[in-house]
Amino acid sequence: MSLFSSRKTRYVDTDILIVGGGFGGCGATYESRYWGRDLNITLVEKANIERSGAVAHGLSAINCYMGMRWGENQPEDFVRYARGDLMGLVREDLIFDIARHVDSSVHKFEEWGLPIMKDPKTGHYLREGRWQIMIHGESYKPIIAEAARKSASAVYNRIMVTHLLMDSMIPNRVAGAVGFSVRDGNPYVFRAKAVVVAAGGGSHIFRPRSVGEGMGRTWYAPWSSASAYGLLLRAGAKMIQMENRIVLARFKDGYGPVGAWFLLLGSKAANAYGDNYEAARFEELKALVGKYAETKPMPTCLRNHAMLQEMRAGNGPIYMHTQSVLDTREKEEIGWEDFLDMTVGQAAVWASQNIDPKETPSELITSEPYVMGSHATCSGAWASGPEDCAPADYQWGYNRMTTVDGLFGAGDTIGGSAHKFSSGSFTEGRIAGKSAVRYVLDMAGNPPQVDEAQLRALEQAIFKPMDNYTIGRNGIVAGSVAPGYISPLQGLQRLEKIMDEYVGGISTFYVTSAPMLERGLELLTMLREDLDHIGADSLHQLQRAWELSHRVWTAEAVLRHTLFRQETRWPGYYYRGDYPRLDDDEWHAFTASRYDARADEWQLTKLPVHHIIE
Amino acid sequence: MPTFTYMTRCDGCGQCVDICPSDIMHIDTVYRRSYNIEPNFCWECYSCVKACPQHAIDVRGYADFAPLGHSVRVLREEANGTISWKIRYRDGREKVFTFPIRTTPWGSIKPPADYAAPDSVALNSVLLSHEPTALMVATLPTLLAGR
Repeated sequence: MSLFSSRKTRYVDTDILIVGGGFGGCGATYESRYWGRDLNITLVEKANIERSGAVAHGLSAINCYMGMRWGENQPEDFVRYARGDLMGLVREDLIFDIARHVDSSVHKFEEWGLPIMKDPKTGHYLREGRWQIMIHGESYKPIIAEAARKSASAVYNRIMVTHLLMDSMIPNRVAGAVGFSVRDGNPYVFRAKAVVVAAGGGSHIFRPRSVGEGMGRTWYAPWSSASAYGLLLRAGAKMIQMENRIVLARFKDGYGPVGAWFLLLGSKAANAYGDNYEAARFEELKALVGKYAETKPMPTCLRNHAMLQEMRAGNGPIYMHTQSVLDTREKEEIGWEDFLDMTVGQAAVWASQNIDPKETPSELITSEPYVMGSHATCSGAWASGPEDCAPADYQWGYNRMTTVDGLFGAGDTIGGSAHKFSSGSFTEGRIAGKSAVRYVLDMAGNPPQVDEAQLRALEQAIFKPMDNYTIGRNGIVAGSVAPGYISPLQGLQRLEKIMDEYVGGISTFYVTSAPMLERGLELLTMLREDLDHIGADSLHQLQRAWELSHRVWTAEAVLRHTLFRQETRWPGYYYRGDYPRLDDDEWHAFTASRYDARADEWQLTKLPVHHIIE
Repeated sequence: MPTFTYMTRCDGCGQCVDICPSDIMHIDTVYRRSYNIEPNFCWECYSCVKACPQHAIDVRGYADFAPLGHSVRVLREEANGTISWKIRYRDGREKVFTFPIRTTPWGSIKPPADYAAPDSVALNSVLLSHEPTALMVATLPTLLAGR
């Protein structure tokens, strides 16, 4: 197209390419520099690493810290906790690996200048809960970004990575990534010996509760566009547990965090009549999931389930009784900082609705579902485990390498290891970064081969949404309605509606079934076809078009995994109406998928869950 | 709680454009000042508000659920290592808070390459950088039972 005749492809050759500058990516950058002093290490990010990723806003707590120095917890304890919360299905080797290393990350954060609250009596970090510590975390991300900037050979901000590149000579080996600059519109080709994908999980896969301006106030960042999965699965990486979407019980509309209120301040949730519904519904939960109902603490999904049952019974609104615990100025400050550090919008909800938490309780609600690998959920890539403790069939090479040679992952990218949060994602980035260095050193003299014809085809595909718009826009007078293209937002809203109505979103109280999923897949398939007809009127909209693409591919994986798992494993996250019970005989296993791009086919299988810790 | 920019304060410097994680703060081509091009993709993360040297950016709660008349203002002072908040309620009540943001000077982090280079034994071990020292326990835990 003549409009883009000035496009000039930029080539970047590097040893290690890190895609995504959030906590996983910053950890990978730091660690790969520590071990690979002479290597070229490149970090690429679609926004600005100073404030990017899920922690852009800040955080009020670090949710994964053992405290081994004070004998508080051992890694095995953490594995038991995460396994219990995920109803038995986790990669214990990966979780153990993060847990044993995470303290060294957190100690570095403190050395770098992160203010961590202390218990005045013991001098230890102030515990919010057994695994969580309280921080003054407004600048958590800028501090970590400083460490990454000082480690990378180069940081490329505002580059939207759209595809991974595969080696043209060696099958199933990664060779880099391609994308474009959201600022000047130039295509970027990164050729790399190893790639660490540390991109984000997915918000806006399912229709959010707020759909006007408020659709931006999703619980998880609106810029978390599921690129972790959109990039990997199209490269043929094996993915697991994609059905394991997460639903969060949070303060209504603002989605402010509840952890500090429940755990540190000791606030209680109750239904509209003041009843403790969780205790009252225990027997009902036990009938549904058996022994898993007795897990301590109660799994996140089951707590959601109890709240949902209350709402269905008309016993809402559900209230968090903040007013009963804010009896000192110190506690009031903790309560407010909890929001101001990481969810300012919740403070605005209180100010606008005249809610003073010292006097008035606040509504809680369950969110729309999200797809991620770092919270109380573990979607993501199947990865090789730690050399010294992974079971043999979980180990095929370098720690955190996916089933694609040279392709590593961290944070939301890696499946099966829930409860990483910020510190664990950074730590997993460190693990992947060190592995990538070892891979590159072992592969010395064997640079990746990229086919020029493949590049030209990708380049054309990347800019097609702008061509679609340029051509289609000429046919109409004005406005947003055209016969030949839809905008990225129009595509996103169709995706959210399909996922909401057929795959277990809020409108069906998270219920789905085989017939619903099969119908949803028909509609999703047409949306995937329509991705060829997205119209982007600007580079910003071109970014949105590719975010949509990553979300649609991720959504298809979510749908297919949900269809494959014929049980209800996580009531409160979603329900298979046609298989309403947890079924350990058949489904104490990971669901795994691999997309074959050449044949355009998905293969779904089961993978074994090994319990290596009692 | 999407952002907006006050016409009389913005000088068009573009700091908000540089920092916005959602790429929604853009410069208006007619007025040469910034504005939020996509309020429904704004997470009200306040990155732009904090970065604005002119204090020209403010937020108004999402129209879907936030009644008018409130404000949440912020002053982030890197040199002091603090952030201060002033919250004004719809009914006029005010709350003020100040919290620390960093305990060390900005730019003071020691780059990983400034540490002594690790040897090949360390490279081939399961230890990460600064371990086991930074763990503050004698050894890295392992799990032989897995093999």
